[in-house]
Amino acid sequence: MNTASVSIGASASSQSRFLQLALAGLLGIFVIGFTGFSHIEAVHNAAHDARHSMAFPCH
Amino acid sequence: MSVFRNVVFVAAIAGLLAGIVLACLQAYATVPLILKAEVYEQAAGGHEHAAAPAAPAADAGSNAMSSAAPAPAAAAAPAEEEEGWAPADGVERFSFNVLSNVVTGIGFALILVAFSEFAGGIGNWRQGVFWGLAGFAVFTLAPGLGLPPELPAMPAAELLPRQVWWISTVAATAIGLALIAFRRSLPLTVLAIVLIVAPHVVGAPQPESYDTPIPEGLHHQFVVAVTLTNLVFWVVLGVVVGVVRGRFTGQSASLRDSFA
Repeated sequence: MNTASVSIGASASSQSRFLQLALAGLLGIFVIGFTGFSHIEAVHNAAHDARHSMAFPCH
Repeated sequence: MSVFRNVVFVAAIAGLLAGIVLACLQAYATVPLILKAEVYEQAAGGHEHAAAPAAPAADAGSNAMSSAAPAPAAAAAPAEEEEGWAPADGVERFSFNVLSNVVTGIGFALILVAFSEFAGGIGNWRQGVFWGLAGFAVFTLAPGLGLPPELPAMPAAELLPRQVWWISTVAATAIGLALIAFRRSLPLTVLAIVLIVAPHVVGAPQPESYDTPIPEGLHHQFVVAVTLTNLVFWVVLGVVVGVVRGRFTGQSASLRDSFA
């Protein structure tokens, strides 16, 4: 398998690579949580059409 | 932190492009339906107000012990929207929609890139198509089966249980698909199917009543429009990740032909 040679940052130690990928994934989950799941009124209204159009649970 | 930086870089480009594409598709496919539904919503909130309370009042009377909350919540929803800040219709609303789509797109891209890097990464545009389809199945199809895309003024259960069900379904479906794709074992594949089916056996939270001023046909149109625009979004997202990442890592696209 030559998977390692194509992966982003294959030179980083595997533990540090895992940590950084997990961190990036968590950041993504945080962003989605903010735009799609926030109960804050203004955030909900600003993202209203996008939320409905991406079928996030709404209202 | 070079890995983190590279993932964020690829995800930002992919999310930006896919988000703009999605916002343009929405402007023509889904937002007009939302605007139509808002007309029904306002009509129901304004004109039929004298007639409508009869049902919720009877409802609240019979359910006073179990759940008195849903009826007031439903009644308060339209008023609540008028109170809080909201972008003005027209250019402002469209701009905020583009912004929301781009931010959400970057969020999905971060998850997609991070997840796919664990599996060797999206090497070219074709692998991107398959990863995009997987993302579509996980984030649109699976939760959409139990909680179809809603228009404003559609009846729905309380928000929090629906959000919990949505997240659980996404997680279970993602784990299920990953087990099928990356563990070539029959028992694990069976487990994967069980995981994918389980949330639907449990069932999504349902509204107390299905009464709605929204015509059935309008809602059906909306479900189709949302599902298809999200399909395009996910495929674009996957393809852009594949292309950008390929340029970025400087590897020839043919290094890995199998996406699994």
